[in-house]
Order: sequence, then C-alpha cells, then structure tokens
Amino acid sequence: MTKEAGAAIAIGRLSKIALPVRGFVILSAIGVAVAAAYAMGLLKDIIRRWDDITFLSVQHMELAAISGGMAVVVGVLLGIALSRKRFRAFAEAVMQALNIGTTIPTLAVLALSMSILGIGAPPAIFALWLMTLLPIVRNTYIGLLEVPAHLIEAATGMGMKPAEILWRVELPNALYVIFAGIRTAVTVNVGTVPLAFLIGGGGLGELIFTGIDLSEPGMMLAGAIPTAILAVITDFVIALVTRAVVPRGVMPET
Amino acid sequence: MIKLEDLTKTFGSVIAADRINMEVPEGEICILLGPSGCGKTTTLKMVNRLIEKTSGKILVGGRDTDNMDPVEVRRGMGYVIQQIGLFPNMTVEENICVVPRLLKWDDAKAKRRAAELLELVALDPSVFLKRFPRELSGGQQQRVGVARALAADPPVMIMDEPFGAIDPINREIIQDEFLRMQKTLRKTILFVSHDIDEAVKMGDKIAIFRAGKLEQYDTPDTILAHPANSFIADFVGADRTLKRLRLVTVAEAQNGAVGTVSLTDDLSRAYAILREGHLDTIVVLDPQGLPVGWVHAEDAVGIGPVSSRMRPLPATIRTDADLRTAVAMMFTHDVTWLTCINADGRFGGCITQAGITRRLGDTYRSRSASAPMPQGAVA
Ligand SMILES: Nc1ncnc2c1ncn2[C@@H]1O[C@H](COP(=O)(O)OP(=O)(O)O)[C@@H](O)[C@H]1O
Ligand SMILES: [Mg+2]
Repeated sequence: MTKEAGAAIAIGRLSKIALPVRGFVILSAIGVAVAAAYAMGLLKDIIRRWDDITFLSVQHMELAAISGGMAVVVGVLLGIALSRKRFRAFAEAVMQALNIGTTIPTLAVLALSMSILGIGAPPAIFALWLMTLLPIVRNTYIGLLEVPAHLIEAATGMGMKPAEILWRVELPNALYVIFAGIRTAVTVNVGTVPLAFLIGGGGLGELIFTGIDLSEPGMMLAGAIPTAILAVITDFVIALVTRAVVPRGVMPET
Repeated sequence: MIKLEDLTKTFGSVIAADRINMEVPEGEICILLGPSGCGKTTTLKMVNRLIEKTSGKILVGGRDTDNMDPVEVRRGMGYVIQQIGLFPNMTVEENICVVPRLLKWDDAKAKRRAAELLELVALDPSVFLKRFPRELSGGQQQRVGVARALAADPPVMIMDEPFGAIDPINREIIQDEFLRMQKTLRKTILFVSHDIDEAVKMGDKIAIFRAGKLEQYDTPDTILAHPANSFIADFVGADRTLKRLRLVTVAEAQNGAVGTVSLTDDLSRAYAILREGHLDTIVVLDPQGLPVGWVHAEDAVGIGPVSSRMRPLPATIRTDADLRTAVAMMFTHDVTWLTCINADGRFGGCITQAGITRRLGDTYRSRSASAPMPQGAVA
C-alpha cells in the first residue's frame, strides 16, 4: 500500500517537475525529427499529405477522446467505490489484479479485444479504454486512501455526513493525485492510438504503419510527428485543467 | 451540563472506559488527565459519538444523546483534535465556515463570524482569512482550529490534547489566550491532556484516569493537596506542593497588617507606626501612592525625613501574579517578603513567605485536623 502510495506521489511529483521539462524534451525531439525530415528532403513529402493528416488526426483524437473520456468517468467512479469502507476488504485484491493488468503489453490487449469484438473502431476503443482505465482507478483509489485519517475524523466530528465528507474533504484533497493519474494515462492513450490501426481502428497509425510497410519514411513521419504533437498538446491541456480545478492549498508548491 | 452515568466501553477484552460517572457543570473546563492508553480519548469520543458506547448514559444539557441523531449532537459541539485537522483544500475562512454552512447559515453571516473569530484568536482577518492552512505556522493553525470549533457558538467544546502538537513557548501563549477567551465565553469544556501542568493551569476540575477507571475527580488544588491514592500522588509528582503555587494569586495569600509612611514624613512618625503595630519594616510611598522604598525598624530612630534612612525595594510584584512568581522573585532577591502593587502601580500590601506557607497549609488543615501544621517563618 505505502509503496503504491509512494508511486502515486512520485507520479505527482514527476509531472510537477516535468511540466516545463517534459514538454521541452518532447518538443525538442519533435523539432529534431522535423529538422531531420527537412534535411532528408522529406518535409515536402509530409506536407503533400496535409489532407490525410488532418482527416486522420481528427479520427485519432476521436478514438482517444471516446476511450479516454470513458476511462476517466469509469475509472474515477470505480476508484471512489473501491475506497469506500465497505469495499475495502476486496479493494486490495482488485488493486492487485489491476497491477497485473498494467503489465500486459498493449498489443496483447488489442489482440484479445479483437478476438472477442472483431475488427474496427469498437474493439480498438475498448482496448484503449481498458489500458487507460487502470492507472486512473489506481490513482483515484490511492489518492483517496492517502487523505489523512484525522481530516476525516475532524470532518465527522464536526457533523459532516459521509457524502459531504467525500465531496468536500476527500475528493478535493485527493484531486491532485487523481489528476496526475488522468494526465499520464490519457497522454499515453493519445500516443498509443496508432496501434488501433492494426485492428482496423483508423487514426494516424494508418500513415505510420503503411509508411513502414512501403518503406516510405515521409509517410511514416507524416503520422508520427502529428501523433507526438497531439500527445504534447493533450498533456499540456490536462496540466492547465489540473491547475484550474485542484484547490491551491492542495497543489504541490512550486 | 455534561453528565456521564456508568459510561462503559469495551474493545474485545480491553475495557477502555469502566463505569465512568462524572458531571461537568456549565461554564467549566474539565480536564481528563492520565497516562497514555488510560481511556481519555475513548471517553471523549463517546460524548460526540465518534465511538459508540457499550453501556451507560451520556446527558448533554439534560438531554440523553441516545435520543439524538449523532450528526445533530456533533454539530452542537465544538471539536478540536491534536492533529488540528484543518482542511488543506479550504482557506482559513472556508475552514471556519464549515459548521455554519452545515447549519445553513446565511453566507454573509458566516463570513462575518469567521472574521470575528479570527480577531478573537488574535489573528488579523485581513491577513489570514484567505490563506490556506499550509501557509500558517503550527501555532496559527492551532488558533484557527479553535476558531473553527467555536464557529457556530456551541455551548459545549470537546478537545483532545488540543495544544499537544505545539512547542512549549507557543503552547503557554495559546493556553493563556484560551483562558482569556474562556473568561467571557464560558463554554462547558471537556479537555483531554496527559500533562499535569497543563491540567492544573487550564482546569476548573481534573478527572484522573487509570486503566479505564476514573480515580479522582476534583479541583486541581484538592487533587494536588489530597491525592486520593498513591497512583495519583505519583502521577501528579513529588513537587505537587510547588505546583499548587500556580493556583493561588498573591492577593489571596497576603496577610497581616502593613505599615506605610509618606516620603516626606518624619522618622518619628515611622517609629510610632512601627511600635504601635509591632512591625519591623515599613513601606515608603511617594505622593502618588507608589511604593519607593522601605525602612527597617532599627533605622527608624533619630531625627530627619524618612528618606534619609530609606532602603531601595529589591523588587515589587503585582497582586494578580501567582505565588510561583512571588516565590521565584523572593529566591532571586534573597528576601522573605515583597512589596505588592496593584494593576495601576499603586501600593497593594505585602506578601511574606510565612503568608504563603500558611495559605498552602490551610487546605491541608481543613481536610485533616490531625495533619501536622506547617510552621510559618517570621518575616
Ligand atoms: N478502536 C480500538 N480498538 C481496540 N482497542 C482500542 C481502540 N481504541 C482504543 N483502544 C484501546 O483502549 C484503551 C484506551 O485508549 P485511548 O482512549 O485512546 O487512550 P488515551 O487517549 O487515554 O491515550 C487503550 O488500551 C487502547 O489500546
Ligand atoms: Mg488519546
């Protein structure tokens, strides 16, 4: 438990320190890729596919938004439920299962999903949803469990009812850890969507994998570079939302 | 105001509270005192029903809490815990407004109340209302914790080692502030402590616990003067008589006649007063009534003004100071008596070592006539 809590807090810390650093690193990587593409005369090749890029980017973000959005809603609700006293006993078992779940490679999850749901967007969304769900449940659960017991005792002793305590004390104080989980999971989701192409789900993976197949680096980069940019933008937007939503007294000090 | 009848709590085979009977009168502070694990917290938490009792009764303001909704019981009591428990996500103002909001107070009224309470606990509202708990020092957080408990003006407060987490210097300051507030607020307070000095200082009554049992329930002075058994005598400490010095003010221990003369009087007048009163010292006052020196009987001979034979006063003590301060001052200046002054600085009598000894002896005598009488030394 404490190890997991440590991990959750580490995630929090990481994304805190990383806000400028991580963005900078990724942006420079993209910059290098663009520069390399230019040097190799591929930039023209990429720009030529502008229509494909915009169309597939929209599709890409649709897949990410649907799977990610549902993961956030279900993950947070599940995390809350598991942290309630009456589910505590079996919450630990669920957490263990989730931990094992996170170690399964994404491709394996996609394959499993396809074998059950067939090909197309729905099995891709399902697999992405599942992958994104796990860290969100875990961080929500740990974030709520980490709220010091004496705060809950003080709240109870002041005459708050359980729902009031959850809403006004537990959730606000766990919000930073919850958002750290959402941010990491959803950003990874956007970066993972290309794999959806492998089971016919669409998205920028179409350019990447076809580019690889045809040995066309320009086509491959036309998918890879926008994917990276979308992931960075997603990360940044969620960081902004975190700042707006998490109470100032709970944000780690900068 | 708070009445416990045969209150009992068992955790499995552990009896955390064993048939506790006690009553806290309205407006008094009752300290639950005892070593760790003796059941203080358990007893306290049964009162606001954070712990459900095994058997017995709890009456608050004459009402049996069994017949009340726990939430209603809690909203009518201020609750302060050692960890303070301010909500980090809320500003100081929001923290204080928690119970008023639960009670559906008008928003403006709750905010006015928050500002008013911050003033009361000696924090500037314009500085602190919008701060978050982590932007406060430990002592400031503790003050806000008290303010929050007072928010809805509950008649009853329950406090579990409320000042336990602060450094000794700030603890003294906050204790003093709290007592000053209590003088006007007159709350009925159950207060858990494991510190005998805190108990003696803060309590109108002290309830001493041991292994779930209430061993003695009485005023601090009686407990220090007449511990009911050897456990209590050990717990309050071998220096319990010295601890009692804190409980008595200088004014209460003054005795005997004191002579005064004016600075401009003649020595012969001083001599006459000394002889008539069988005194060996006399205090000299200036025209405003402020003590400026003293004259020993041996020196009050011959002719001339009093000022020619006057000796300086080594120190003066206020009549509202406690005897501990008085004794410390006597030791510091190596004297057996001190001149006292009132709040306005004017002469307020004298206090002697003999008077202090006699005063402390009074309680012993009143309990057991056969107890040896402490002999008063002559000043
Ligand atoms: N929830 C609990 N479960 C089992 N035993 C408990 C529980 N709470 C307290 N106790 C036991 O009851 C006794 C009194 O505890 P407590 O009231 O906390 O003591 P104090 O506040 O005086 O230090 C101790 O022996 C403690 O171990
Ligand atoms: Mg305790």
